[in-house]
Amino acid sequence: MKSSGKLLFDGSDWNFDTLSRTYDAIEEIALGELKLDIYPNQMEIISSEQMLDAYSSVGMPLMYQHWSFGKRFVFEDHLYRKGRRGLAYELVINSNPCIVYLMEENTMAMQALVTAHAAFGHNHFFKNNYLFRQWTDASAILSYMEFAKKYITRCEERHGTAAVEAILDSAHAIMDQGVFRYRRPPRLSSEKERERARERLEYEEQTFNDLWRTLPTSGSPKERAEAERDASERKKALNLPEENLLYFLEKTSLILEPWQRELLRIVRVIAQYFYPQRQTKVMNEGCATFTHHTIMNRMFEKDLVSEGTMLEVLHSHANVVFQPGFDDPRYHGMNPYALGFAMMQDIQRICTEPTAEDRDWFPEIAGNGDWRATLLDAWANHRDESFILQYLSPALIRKFRLFLLTDSSGDNYLEVASIHNERGYQAVRAALARNYDIGANQQDIQVVDVDLLGDRQLRLQHNVKNGVLLEEASRDATLRHIRHLWGYDVSLVGVDAESGEELYECSTDGDML
Amino acid sequence: MPNFIDRRLNPKDKSIGNRQRFLKRAREELKRAVKEQVKSIGIADVGGGQNVSMPTRGVGEPTFQPAGDTGDRERVLPGNREFSPGDRLRKPQGGAGGKGGAGTGEDEDDFQFSLSQDEVLDLFFEDLELPDMVKLSLKETLTFKPRRAGYAVTGSPTNINVGKTMRNSHGRRIALRRPKQAEVDALAAEIAELEKKARPGPKDKERLAMLQAELDWLERRRRRVPFIDTVDIRFNRFEQQPLPNASAVMFCLMDVSASMGEREKDLAKRFFVLLHMFLRRRYERIEIVFIRHTDEAREVDEETFFYSTQSGGTMVSTALEEMLRVIEARYPASEWNIYAAQASDGDNISGDSDRCVALLSTVMKYCQYYAYVEIIDERESEIFARTDNGTSLWRAYRTVDGDWPNFQMTRIAKPGDIYPVFRKLFAKQPTLRQPRK
Repeated sequence: MKSSGKLLFDGSDWNFDTLSRTYDAIEEIALGELKLDIYPNQMEIISSEQMLDAYSSVGMPLMYQHWSFGKRFVFEDHLYRKGRRGLAYELVINSNPCIVYLMEENTMAMQALVTAHAAFGHNHFFKNNYLFRQWTDASAILSYMEFAKKYITRCEERHGTAAVEAILDSAHAIMDQGVFRYRRPPRLSSEKERERARERLEYEEQTFNDLWRTLPTSGSPKERAEAERDASERKKALNLPEENLLYFLEKTSLILEPWQRELLRIVRVIAQYFYPQRQTKVMNEGCATFTHHTIMNRMFEKDLVSEGTMLEVLHSHANVVFQPGFDDPRYHGMNPYALGFAMMQDIQRICTEPTAEDRDWFPEIAGNGDWRATLLDAWANHRDESFILQYLSPALIRKFRLFLLTDSSGDNYLEVASIHNERGYQAVRAALARNYDIGANQQDIQVVDVDLLGDRQLRLQHNVKNGVLLEEASRDATLRHIRHLWGYDVSLVGVDAESGEELYECSTDGDML
Repeated sequence: MPNFIDRRLNPKDKSIGNRQRFLKRAREELKRAVKEQVKSIGIADVGGGQNVSMPTRGVGEPTFQPAGDTGDRERVLPGNREFSPGDRLRKPQGGAGGKGGAGTGEDEDDFQFSLSQDEVLDLFFEDLELPDMVKLSLKETLTFKPRRAGYAVTGSPTNINVGKTMRNSHGRRIALRRPKQAEVDALAAEIAELEKKARPGPKDKERLAMLQAELDWLERRRRRVPFIDTVDIRFNRFEQQPLPNASAVMFCLMDVSASMGEREKDLAKRFFVLLHMFLRRRYERIEIVFIRHTDEAREVDEETFFYSTQSGGTMVSTALEEMLRVIEARYPASEWNIYAAQASDGDNISGDSDRCVALLSTVMKYCQYYAYVEIIDERESEIFARTDNGTSLWRAYRTVDGDWPNFQMTRIAKPGDIYPVFRKLFAKQPTLRQPRK
């Protein structure tokens, strides 16, 4: 019989006293035993309606106003009211201090679970994973968003809502093409530097001299070589090819005013900020789920929570990590919670009780006994793609009964390429890893050339991978948005990434926005 | 110890601004959706909060998306049961892109959400070009008037019912035998009398002591049983009673001969809807009677009224006769407020228009309001700019227009023209006659 004297809380009601007592107990385990390293936490209690608000403004506590957020709200709200979708129990923001939202409807058991999950699991991941460390600036994001919101409101007052909306619409259309995938983005500068940059931009605009454009080009004799050299010089000057369309338009667009460039910059910064989260979905959720699972079990062992609480926690945990099979009506792709959590547990198992197979596949970590350090290292130094490629074990492939289907548009059938057997492990693992490679899966569209002196057409190139083309209606609509920002015609060429063969070409010729 | 912040009391509706922006953006689509709905639902249902379903067109957010039916893909799926390498499966119908393309976002094709009543009405009115004042008054929910409804033991001091309170107090005083003032006064007088005596005898002294004791007792008793106790107090109770508390019947008359097409019927429906909205605001109970006519008239249900066609000539007088018959049979003018709205394209068999005018003078005796709209082609609206010529029915009605203050007629070619026919109805608003009970 467990003594109830040590229990942190009893029953399902929570108050700030139990919340903070529980937080302290969790913190002790998380920092003391799991050796997590976190940003200070700021826990905020919100209602379900506020949770919907947060959903629709992409999870940021501060967000500028835009109709698309209203649309998202209306959509989420409808699903929620119809009972088709539940709300998340928590929301966590990669910021310093780390903001964790707790829903007021949660029971105390859920609050404990959520605290362990978000305030320690996610928080640790945000602070330590290399992608977040290199690509986002947690301490600056909140003040930047505040600046962005104020700035956009000011623009709306000065230039009208419609004008601001038009630019934001166009910028949102190419948000996915607005991140640096390979180059490290510049740090968010401080308020002062931003001010200075804006002033510089304004100065350049004011002193722009159109006369330069009228300088005669050199004569015709050696035109071919000349033209080619020109082109390469031009590209060099503009730093082409450029993968970040928003960045390119912000810096080079011929028609945008300074405030419009600043809007593009804001959209770009937000896109970049979320880019690491999209690349680490499995790991991030896996880390958080593993953390809450370990911590809650430890608390139970230490008699800090009752059996009833533990049952509720396990029930909720089991729901979260449920992975239906592909032929189940509930199947909506791989569940990142399920995969992530299973992999973390699997690593723990490999470290402590390896089988002969594990020793074959993971000689470095099998049986090293120190699963904590192994996990901390994995969390810090991988993204989903490399993590799966490195750590997905045959045992887990068998457990999930994973199989690989190939789908070629030319055939009217799907072929089972590999299954969970000795010959298939490598292929399945590699394919799953590739599926999580956001950089490779996203449409690779780059600015390749622009003739600023000629017709000013902006030339984009789509590097077609595996023959996957673009959906035409949305492609043309998006091109029109780019044209809106660029000011002149925009053309897009689809080139096969392997053969270099030109697959299609389209442009915004003639049609005006 | 982390920082706990309770945000629950923060202002709600953080996203209301975004919602409004979205509605503004989707305005054209929504207007179309509301219009469709007005067509398909009953007259009496227009103006409730509604679920509107709209396609994403116009509020789409295009991005570069992979085309589902191109290229080669690899998918890793869980839950293999019987497959071995090399097995082939038929592609699911309707494009193979569906399943593996998880992450392409929710299917927002048919975007459904509810509009509040205000939002629906705004969209509906926009077409009809109603003046703002009228819009406001149409949207207004039932007004209430307090009505006396018995007594209550609680209430505000201004509502104390003195009579009732005093009656209670009196009863209680009798029941508890509160000494009356007169008794006390008599005792006091007797005591004073005795005290005045220069030489009171022992008998007097004894009596004085007794009287004194009795007076004390009376005084104590009076204190214990107060003149007005809180249990006596009664307050007048008021009940909020909805103001428009009467019944109205609305007659919709429409010509359904072949000359009335889709557009004409749509305009007519809006005309009827507007009248119904007006009535709904004023009357608790409204019944609608649909009478359609060709060369003979019949009372029908709403579905038949708007959607089924009938061939034949046009004889407007039959509709008026039918209306009179229905009034006589079911809606005695002493109990019902009768409103009538007639829509027609103005065609009438020759000679019948005079008969209509004759009937109208009978009808107008019963009617609170009679509105006639003639639906004309937009091109014709130029020709008929002057009001004194036109179709036979129009000319006939022209002659009586002005005989009755409650008779209104107008020609409409587009939704914006409908309102003027009701202008008087709405303008009259502040000094309406008391509706008949």
